[in-house]
Amino acid sequence: MATETHEATSHAADAAASAPGMPQLDFSNWGNQIFWLMITLVAIYFVLSRIALPRIAAVLAERQGTITNDIAAAEGLKVKAAEAEEAYNKALADARAQAQAIVAEAKAEIQVELDAAIAKADAEIAAKAAESEKAIAEIRAGALVAVKEVASDTATEIVSTLGGKADVKAVGAAVDTRIKG
Amino acid sequence: MEGQLAHIGAGLAAIGSGAAAIGVGNVAGNYLAGALRNPSAAASQTATLFIGIAFAEALGIFSFLVALLLMFAV
Amino acid sequence: MASEAHGAETGGLVFHPMDQFIVKPLFGGDTIHWYTVTNVTLWMALSVVAVIGLMVLGTRRRAVVPSRSQSIGELAYGFVYKMVEDVAGKDAIKFFPYIMTLFMFIVMANFLGLLPMSFATTSHFAVTIVLALMVFLTVTIVGFVKNGAGFLGLFWVSSAPLALRPVLALIEIISYFVRPVSHSIRLAGNIMAGHAVLKVFAGFAAIAVVSPLSVVAITAMYGLEVLVAFIQAYVFTILTCVYLKDALHPSH
Repeated sequence: MATETHEATSHAADAAASAPGMPQLDFSNWGNQIFWLMITLVAIYFVLSRIALPRIAAVLAERQGTITNDIAAAEGLKVKAAEAEEAYNKALADARAQAQAIVAEAKAEIQVELDAAIAKADAEIAAKAAESEKAIAEIRAGALVAVKEVASDTATEIVSTLGGKADVKAVGAAVDTRIKG
Repeated sequence: MEGQLAHIGAGLAAIGSGAAAIGVGNVAGNYLAGALRNPSAAASQTATLFIGIAFAEALGIFSFLVALLLMFAV
Repeated sequence: MASEAHGAETGGLVFHPMDQFIVKPLFGGDTIHWYTVTNVTLWMALSVVAVIGLMVLGTRRRAVVPSRSQSIGELAYGFVYKMVEDVAGKDAIKFFPYIMTLFMFIVMANFLGLLPMSFATTSHFAVTIVLALMVFLTVTIVGFVKNGAGFLGLFWVSSAPLALRPVLALIEIISYFVRPVSHSIRLAGNIMAGHAVLKVFAGFAAIAVVSPLSVVAITAMYGLEVLVAFIQAYVFTILTCVYLKDALHPSH
C-alpha cells in the first residue's frame, strides 16, 4: 500500500496537467478537502443543533399536544352528548309516566261518574219497576175481581138459561175454587 | 508490459464485483423468503437487511477499488 | 500508465471516467493550498445551503399542519431520530444532532453530486475517511468513557468456548479496526463507481449506432444511482448507530 500511494502521488504530480490517474489518490489536495469538510460539518452541525432540530422538535411536540387536546375535547363532547341523551331519555320517561298517571286519573274519575250514573239509573229503574209492579198487581187484582164477577155472572146466566135457579153463594164458591185451581 | 499486466489484474479483480453481487442477492433473497413466511416481522428487520447488504457490498467495492488501483495507480 | 493509454487510443472512443473527480481551484491558479477555494468548497457549500434550505427555511413557518418542504424536513428528522432510538438505544439520543449532521451532509452531497456537471464530494476518500474516523474516534472515546476498561469486553466473547476466545478476540480487534476503512471506502467506492459507470456509458454515446442504447443505459443507471445515493447515506448512518450501540452497551 505504501509503495502504491507513493507511486500514486508521483504519478499524480507528473500527470497533473494531462489526465491524472485517480484523483482520489492525489494526496496533495487532501488537506484542502479535509479543511473544507470540517468547515462544512461544523456549519451544518451548528445550523442543525441550534436552529433546525429544536424547531422541528417544538413543532412536533406542539402537533402532538394539539392532537392530544383535540382528542380530549372530543372525549368531553362525547360525554356531554351521552349526558344529553340520558337527560332526553329521562324526560321522555317522565312524560310517559305523567301521561299514564293522567290517563289513570281520568279513567278513575270517569269510573266514579259512571258508577254514580249507573247507581242512579239503577235506582230509577228499580223505582220504575216497583211502580210498574204495583200497577201490574193492581191491574191483576182488578182483573181477578173482574174475572170472578164475569165468571159468576156467566155461570148464573148459564144456570138460569138452563132453567135452574142459581144459588149466588154456590156459584161464587164454585168460581172461586175453579179460579184457584 | 507492466501496465498491460496491471490491466489484466484489474479485470480479474472485477470478478470480485460479481461475487459481491451473489452475496447481496443471497441476503436480499433470504430476507424476502423470511418476510413472506412471517410478514409481520419483516418491517422490524429492514435495518438488518440494509446492514447485511452493506457488508456484502463493501467487499465488492473493495475488489472494484483494487481494479481501479491497478488501472490508474500502478 | 493510464494517461499514456488515453493518449494512445484512437477512433474517437475515449474514456476519462475519473476526470470528473479532479479537484480544481475555482478562481484560476494551479496550486492547491489547504485554504484554496476549489470545486470541493463550492459543492460542500451548496450542500450546506441545501441543508439550511430544507431544515431551516422549509420549517420557518412552524406550521402545525406542515407545508411540503416542512414535512420533508420533519420526515428526515423522524427518520434519523427513530433510527438512533431503535438501533443505538434511548441513551444515544444525545448524539442525535451529530448523527443528523452526518446523515444530512452525506445525503445532500450525494444528491448534489448526481446533478450533471457537478462534483461529488463524497466520492473522495479524503472526505469519507475523515467522516469515518470521526465516527471511529467518537465511538472509541465514548466507549471508554462510559464503560472504562469494560469496553474491552467487546472483544472478549464470553459466550464462546474458552479455548476459542483468544482467537475470537484477535478477529474482533481486527474487525474493529477495519471498521473505519470499510465504513469510508463503502461510501466513496459506491459513489465513485456509480459516477464512473455513468461516464463510461456516456463515452459509448460517441458511437452513433449505440448512442440510443447508451442513453437508455445512462437513464437506468441514473435511477439506480439516485437509489444508491440515499441508501449509502442510510447505511453510513445506521452503521454509525450500530457502532454507537456497541460503545454504549458493549455486552457481547
